[in-house]
Amino acid sequence: MIAHAIFFYTFSIIAVVSAIMVTASKNTVHSVFFLILDFISISCLFIMIGAEFLGMIMLIVYVGAVAVLFLFVVMMLNVAQQKNQWFAGQQSSRHIPIGLIISTLIFVEVIIVIGGWKYKPEIFDINNSISQVSISNTHSLGQILYTDYIHVFQISGMILLVAMVGAIVLTFRQRSGVKRQSYIKQISRERAEGVEVLEVQSNKGVKLDD
Amino acid sequence: MIDIGLGHYLTLGAVIFSIGVIGIFLNRKNIIVILMSIELILLAVNINLVAFSIYLGDLAGQVFTLFILTVAAAEAAIGLAIIVVYFRNSGTIRVEEIDKLKG
Repeated sequence: MIAHAIFFYTFSIIAVVSAIMVTASKNTVHSVFFLILDFISISCLFIMIGAEFLGMIMLIVYVGAVAVLFLFVVMMLNVAQQKNQWFAGQQSSRHIPIGLIISTLIFVEVIIVIGGWKYKPEIFDINNSISQVSISNTHSLGQILYTDYIHVFQISGMILLVAMVGAIVLTFRQRSGVKRQSYIKQISRERAEGVEVLEVQSNKGVKLDD
Repeated sequence: MIDIGLGHYLTLGAVIFSIGVIGIFLNRKNIIVILMSIELILLAVNINLVAFSIYLGDLAGQVFTLFILTVAAAEAAIGLAIIVVYFRNSGTIRVEEIDKLKG
């Protein structure tokens, strides 16, 4: 139990500090790196409390795909140089108090809700504890994901497809002046448009006009 | 304090959620950091769902976390594509300079 507490506090402190650094870091590339650190520590927490499959998927999807995508875009747009000002200027600082007030209100509300949960322990009586089941987390997740939630699963696949098509359509641009090979043009050439037989007179040469 | 329960995980989720909201409001740099704050908020929601799922013994929370992960990945891809197109058209993604709609 003490080891559980030690690991929980370690990972959650790392997660909170790196979340703050994502917001406060002046360099956007550093923000992406702190986002990666945040995802890694949260996935360690998931593995620790017994959701191993989600922890690993989190590593693969977030660290392997989403964070690298962010890194690509940050480096492609070359915004890392805009590190000069944070909270600079007159007109930009007028959002800060209202932002802090709203965020603090949300935090207090959520904490009040959590307090209500803590003082009502009989809610835990419905516990039928996943850990009593002898099969692993991944196995049991697969058993309900592909049976009870199969339609939602397929719809999420459709969402990914739409996102992929949308991202390609948005960023695709047709450039002018680029030479491309056109197979259909090459294949459908006829003899008549490629070859011409000329009657050449002597000492005149051939003049090609087009 | 030493006995880690559901409340600890929910508090962690609340803290990260609030940091994400603060990041959206206080951001003065570029839109990419706002997208990262949205990712933080979705992460906090995932923490809540997984904690409830483990402590209440119901696997539905983890299934929904999986779907939130899917939607977050799709949202990041589309959002970054929109940012790339905007940068190509207007040359900046600084938050103060994006005022075409006079908001």
